[in-house]
Amino acid sequence: MSRLLAALALFLLLPAPIQSFAQDSAPSPEWQTTLDAAKGQTVYFNAWGGEPRINAFVAWAGREVERDFGVRIVHVKVSDTASVVSQVLTEKSVGKTSGGAVDLIWINGENFASMKETGLLAAPGWVQTLPNWRYVDVENKPTVTVDFTVPTDGQESPWGMAKLVFMHDSARLQKPPATLDALLAFAKDNPGRFTYPQPPNFHGTTFLKQVLVDTIPEPDLLSKPVGEADFDTATAPLFAYLDALNPVLWRQGKAFPQDAAQLRLLLADGELDIAFTFNPGDAAAAIANGELPPSVRSFVLDGGTIGNTHFVAIPFNSSAQEGAKVFADFLLSPMAQSRKRDPKIWGDPTVLNVAGLPDNEKALFKAQDFGPAALSPQELGPVQPEPHPSWVSALEEAWAIRYGTR
Amino acid sequence: MPKTEGLPDVPTVLVITLLAGPVLAGLAGTVLPAFGYLPVLGHDAFSGDPFRKLSSMPGLTTSAALSFGTGITASLMSLAIVLVFTAGWAGTNTFRRLTRFLSPLLSVPHAAAAIGLAFLIAPSGFLARLVSPWATGWTRPPDILIPGDPYGLAMTFGLVAKEVPFLFLMTLAALNRPHVQDYLKAGASLGYGRMATFFKIVLPQIYPLIRLPVLAVIAYATSVVDVAVILGPTTPQPLAPRLVGWMNDPDLSLRLMASAGALLQLLVSAGALLVYLTLELLAGYCLRARFANGHRHPHEIPARSFSLLPMLLIVITMSLSLVLLGIWSLAKSWWYPASLPQAWSLARMLDGLKSGGESLGVTLVIACGAAVVATALTLWLLEARGNAGRRETGRLKALIFLPLLLPQIGFLFGLQMFFLLAGLSGKLTGVLLAHLIFVFPYAFLALSDPWGRLDPRYAKAARSIGASRARVFFRIQLPLLLRPVLVTFAVAAAVSTGQYLPTLMIGAGRVVTVTTESVALASGGDRQIAALYALLQLVVPLAGFTLAALVPALVFRNRAAMRLER
Amino acid sequence: MQSSDSASGLVLDTVAIRLGGLPLFDIECRILPGSVLTIMGESGSGKSSLLDFVAGFLRPDFTAKGRVVLNGRDLTSLPAQDRHIGLMFQSPLLFPHMSVLQNLMFALPAACKRRKDRQDLAERALADVGLAGFGSRDPATLSGGQQTRVALMRTLLAEPKALLLDEPFSSLDRTRRAEVRQLVFDLARKKGLPVLLVSHAEEDALAAGGEVHRLGTDIG
Repeated sequence: MSRLLAALALFLLLPAPIQSFAQDSAPSPEWQTTLDAAKGQTVYFNAWGGEPRINAFVAWAGREVERDFGVRIVHVKVSDTASVVSQVLTEKSVGKTSGGAVDLIWINGENFASMKETGLLAAPGWVQTLPNWRYVDVENKPTVTVDFTVPTDGQESPWGMAKLVFMHDSARLQKPPATLDALLAFAKDNPGRFTYPQPPNFHGTTFLKQVLVDTIPEPDLLSKPVGEADFDTATAPLFAYLDALNPVLWRQGKAFPQDAAQLRLLLADGELDIAFTFNPGDAAAAIANGELPPSVRSFVLDGGTIGNTHFVAIPFNSSAQEGAKVFADFLLSPMAQSRKRDPKIWGDPTVLNVAGLPDNEKALFKAQDFGPAALSPQELGPVQPEPHPSWVSALEEAWAIRYGTR
Repeated sequence: MPKTEGLPDVPTVLVITLLAGPVLAGLAGTVLPAFGYLPVLGHDAFSGDPFRKLSSMPGLTTSAALSFGTGITASLMSLAIVLVFTAGWAGTNTFRRLTRFLSPLLSVPHAAAAIGLAFLIAPSGFLARLVSPWATGWTRPPDILIPGDPYGLAMTFGLVAKEVPFLFLMTLAALNRPHVQDYLKAGASLGYGRMATFFKIVLPQIYPLIRLPVLAVIAYATSVVDVAVILGPTTPQPLAPRLVGWMNDPDLSLRLMASAGALLQLLVSAGALLVYLTLELLAGYCLRARFANGHRHPHEIPARSFSLLPMLLIVITMSLSLVLLGIWSLAKSWWYPASLPQAWSLARMLDGLKSGGESLGVTLVIACGAAVVATALTLWLLEARGNAGRRETGRLKALIFLPLLLPQIGFLFGLQMFFLLAGLSGKLTGVLLAHLIFVFPYAFLALSDPWGRLDPRYAKAARSIGASRARVFFRIQLPLLLRPVLVTFAVAAAVSTGQYLPTLMIGAGRVVTVTTESVALASGGDRQIAALYALLQLVVPLAGFTLAALVPALVFRNRAAMRLER
Repeated sequence: MQSSDSASGLVLDTVAIRLGGLPLFDIECRILPGSVLTIMGESGSGKSSLLDFVAGFLRPDFTAKGRVVLNGRDLTSLPAQDRHIGLMFQSPLLFPHMSVLQNLMFALPAACKRRKDRQDLAERALADVGLAGFGSRDPATLSGGQQTRVALMRTLLAEPKALLLDEPFSSLDRTRRAEVRQLVFDLARKKGLPVLLVSHAEEDALAAGGEVHRLGTDIG
């Protein structure tokens, strides 16, 4: 019996080394140490779990990593990443400096800035030690090292690119507005058919930032902390725009959807004509899944839209740091990145420099069909950078005073 | 009696440590930050800043008023609906039939009910679709503010729909005392109408038994999070969901203000309880003044019919909501204004079921574990105190029901720290213990009255023929109480299944139940999966209540005296 | 069987019962094996608390002085189940979740181990009171007199050394009453049990034929 088991184990283990290193030369001694330590670890990956497609991708990645490196991935499905930050903060406040519950977080922006500032992240520099880091497009995608103007200092590893993309139902709205002014004009002509999630929801705040980026008199101010600018002057055009927009919003601006998911549902239900998302592949994938009517199309604004990068980060007290690094590295691999970009899988743009990849890997990215609902990487247009994270709270507070109470 | 007086017995001590310890520690963990003390963020001096910041939040008064208003309105309406219906119809066939519908509705978790309800009443929802566009001309959903209306009407209705089954079942249990039927007959024979008899003779006797559930409903309804998020107004939201938002804000310094807000929430709930107690006093006074006035109100047909309406409305709404969840869990696409889905997908539902299997298993383990421990502990406590001849003292009762009367968010954040310090965070046992804090009071609530009503002479008879205390308990008391014990178990399992915040915060995300999974999935746009998980949350409580109904009927099929008379 | 003549029987030695400091009554007596002491009293006179005290169930709001001695053995500080005192109530109190036979088998001492023996003993007891073949019945389907007879046999099968009767005949109609009463007294006499009967019916006292102690007169 035990011999049979041993044979079975051998059979199961054998293919692993062959497959995992077929694409690459032998790992460096340092990385080999990490791989050895990671073997047998369980990584609790805390990541937003609202999208079954993304959950399926995480599950696939987990299976790959378990098979190839003996690292078990448990996807902790989170409804709000900030609650994970809270968890780590609470752990720190009671002096739990090791054996924390969170091993890896899907994160960016304000949450990252907050964790970095409060010392809730693993020591800087680990990201550059990942073997697949060399493929990351540091040159053309500056947001992979600067997250909402905050330097990542190698404390979070890029996973994917996000860009604000609008969706419209072409059955009801043939030609979507191409500028913010056109959007306002559309809303005035069609009261109740546009809205945005209620700040401080991430997507809602992003809409505010988009308008701010397009209307601020001195755009340079946005890369600096909000304290260095005259907030009222800088945001005057923003609030003038919102003041004009508010009465013609869905429910006359007396209620707002809670998040982007609800926004998309309202588009699906026919209550809205225009919605938006941070995932350029969202519309195509949702149509394939029957969550949006097939007539939905994507569009961006003429001057471009806000874009950023989303990352994975390791908390300071993670109980499986090596396993977390191995998983972060796998998420950066051309195989995982190309699979993630496939609209049928997820549709999330890659952080890698595809042109710089070896031929075999490059081919993985070639054969993807984006369908009529999605925009190809070229159609996505220019990326506008995120403002400094300190703008977020200020914007949210100002919004709440003006529109948060009737 | 050869009993040591003065020294409390083991189960009493156990219950006190289990409940008071964590709750007080939790409160401390909320009060300290509220006054500016949170060393990890560099705040180590007490100050009033968190309260100042809280008071400067836009719409704070509106939020607090919303929580207070919707909470107390929903509670009073629920109570009124239940009492008036019971008064008008207790003992009739209609009553019996509706009972059969209402009991399973108790196992519907709040969030699931709210999701179903939202899809029913939204402008693009099922009701609008049924009549559109042929009757209404709405080729597009109308832009009407429901749910989420500024006065919280939809939210109040959602709360009423969910609290009515709970209060009704508690009333039903109270009606299950001896002689109630005789009192009804006595009233009728003196020429009193059915409803007059109920309010003048029966209610004064059973009210003490439903008072505590009502208070628990008020505390819950004034601090509810999930129903408020799904059905409540958003500009601003009621207080409780705003607190959760601040507590989870990436700007960590908001935690201090959130703690101050949690204290405000305690105040709001306490205020609502006080208002209720005042109303109770007044109502009691008015009612007592009428006891002896001889008005018999024999012509009550209109009043009785009217009392049936709200109950019917609730049963129909809730059943429809559940049916809608069922349809959605199978629907791939369902566009306005179609009243049935355009595309179905069984495969995706099966996929969802497969991935939900594991979390369902965890839910089952925790719910059964918490229910077994809570029920056993309640029995132990009741047996030991009964044996020592102690009545449940007011102090012990107050302590047991403390977790019911305190809004969860008032002490949950402190509780999280407490469990972390105890090394229980992220573990199944930790979550189980945390659930026990909220489950035990309900178990005690459900079981103490049936236990108290058990004829003590059965135990005496058994003891006098030589049976030991243990033998009396296991062979006589436990089997005699099999039905209430199983109902208690089911209630406890249902309460455990419904816990979201405690599971999330104590489980640190590592303990995944259908409830936490359901909330995470509901944050996405996939209605099919969201509906499926909402239904999965029903599995454990429904199984519990079914067992509680079937097992005694089966075991005692040949025992006439053990049958439920109603 | 009894150790010696002088010690046999049930002795209530200077028993005084108080409720919350208020004296209810006191009693001093000895009931010989096979004889009946009848305690008469209005309801509320505290006669049930006397039975509770003797059987070991006195509620904590009552206080009692004195000793209960059965066949020379002081029972006062023993738990109820170790006193070997059989107790019958106003109602038969057959356990409703058990069959008639199970009710009887529940009472049999554990020393009688074999299931078959226990069953035989229980069935014989049923036959003794004219209820042969009723073993598998649901107690709720028996008449009041039948139930009382089963309750009596249940009490006796536990092999008590004394019998306390708390108005056990009051729930029966007149004709049954005399019949069942006679059965109880006969069996108690046959087994040589001291019997303490509490009642407010003169005819019970008369039928018992023993000493009568009236409580109502002692208290104001």
